Amino acid sequence: MIRLALLLIAFSLPAAAQEDVVLGLSQDAVSISTDFDGSEILVYGAVKREVPIPEDPPLEVVVTVSGPFVPLTVYRKERRFGIWVNADAVEIDLAPSFYAVATSGPFGQVVSNVEDLRHSISVPRAIRSVGAPMDIEDAAAFSEAVIRIRGDAGLYQLREGAVDVREETLFSTRIRLPANLTEGAYATRIFLTRGGTVIGEEERVIEVRKVGLERWLYNLSRDLPLVYGLLSLTLAIAAGWGASTAFRLIRS
Amino acid sequence: MQLYLPIAEVSVSLILLLGLGVMVGILSGMFGVGGGFLITPLLFFLGIPPAVAVATGANQIVASSVSAVLAHLRRKTVDLRMGTVLLVGGLFGSALGVWLFNFLKEQGQVDLLVRLCYVVFLGIIGGLMLVESLRALLNAKKGAAPKRRSHGWVHGLPFKMRFRTSGLYISAIPPLLVGASVGILAAIMGVGGGFIMVPAMIYLLGMPTKVVVGTSLFQIIFVTGFTTILHAVTTQTVDIFLALALITGGVVGAQIGTALGARLRAEQLRILLALLVVGVCIKLAFDLVLSPGELYVISQEGSPT
Repeated sequence: MIRLALLLIAFSLPAAAQEDVVLGLSQDAVSISTDFDGSEILVYGAVKREVPIPEDPPLEVVVTVSGPFVPLTVYRKERRFGIWVNADAVEIDLAPSFYAVATSGPFGQVVSNVEDLRHSISVPRAIRSVGAPMDIEDAAAFSEAVIRIRGDAGLYQLREGAVDVREETLFSTRIRLPANLTEGAYATRIFLTRGGTVIGEEERVIEVRKVGLERWLYNLSRDLPLVYGLLSLTLAIAAGWGASTAFRLIRS
Repeated sequence: MQLYLPIAEVSVSLILLLGLGVMVGILSGMFGVGGGFLITPLLFFLGIPPAVAVATGANQIVASSVSAVLAHLRRKTVDLRMGTVLLVGGLFGSALGVWLFNFLKEQGQVDLLVRLCYVVFLGIIGGLMLVESLRALLNAKKGAAPKRRSHGWVHGLPFKMRFRTSGLYISAIPPLLVGASVGILAAIMGVGGGFIMVPAMIYLLGMPTKVVVGTSLFQIIFVTGFTTILHAVTTQTVDIFLALALITGGVVGAQIGTALGARLRAEQLRILLALLVVGVCIKLAFDLVLSPGELYVISQEGSPT
């Protein structure tokens, strides 16, 4: 019986390797304009294969969208002399500013631990923390805090069962991007899995960019900070003077 | 209606920002305080990064102060001479304060020190003002003439100057020192410093309350303008959109505040300001002592939270 099962797996593996992802995105770029209030991206696609659909295990799909990676410092508060102060600090080498995972089923069943480790799929695996100071015993609590805080803010999402798979061939999901988005290249990855093993992978980049006045002001503040500072000051003085004059005219 | 802020990189409600601006503007016009000590913590609550909140707050205070000071100039309640002396001290003080701030930043814990500064100074000033103004109000009700304060040591100092608008003939040293110490605190706490300046002018320099507000505003314009430029160049965290939204609300509020301030009696004005200062102090003190809901704090790209 076991021999038969092994035989089946041996036969099904080459077939699984022949499954490929054809990926589509509702938009390749997200423009942040003045009235930007978040965005929703439709990720859809199909599975291309030269052979009949393998019987078992079923096809599962995982979609991840990740913002730019930046280093962080996490502080833990402690009560000292009756007041709460930032005591221990741990530096997280790289953490995504935004990270969403959508799966077609429970995460543990869709992706095995080994594959998660290899491809950094789940939220905890996406955060890279190498060196915590030796005197801090529970360094893991600091990464967990990042996931908790950003999760509450809607920046880290794990949505199990959010990917809709039809006939083992077509799939689609919607990823909600929040309003407080950082500029940069957002990597979108699709994984096809069978029995927890990744059998197909595809990556595409969504560019998130400020546009129009937002872009102009941002660039000015970085390229010519003195001019930007003087501009803000002039606007402030003009607004103050203008309002004062306007109110005097109204009263008289 | 949402507004995306290009520098802060967050989206916030425009109505909320306008409302905040109006509220702080009213305070600014009534009491001559810039309102920075209120606007900065309130911006934190809206999810604006602290560095952006501090820098943009300074820019907003410039606008509301200009608007209010023009109203005071027309009523001739600005002592330009005193304002200039305070300003000279203030610029020295803020340069020293910026240096001190950067020193503390290297040591870490700058956030805690800023909060402690707030609690200590707001507590002392608010408490003193409350006691003083309550006593003055009680005396006024009894019909007794307010006791003339004596400032013997002030009169003994050299470099005397005549401040006609304030009706004072005192040495230039105390105003210079007041300006400098307010400048230091302003740079550390990221505010205009009006809430320290106003009581210092009343109780240390003995200036009449009516002149104090306009003169304080006059000095605040320059100190916060200086701070805005400094932040734009060094930390690049001044958000023009955020500033304009706050300013629009603020200039309207400042006009309302100035009109209200002219109708209220000086003692009542002082009690209101004292209550406000004590209230903010108690709130900040509780935050330091009570157990926080979240023990961990994320700090990204050098912006301490």
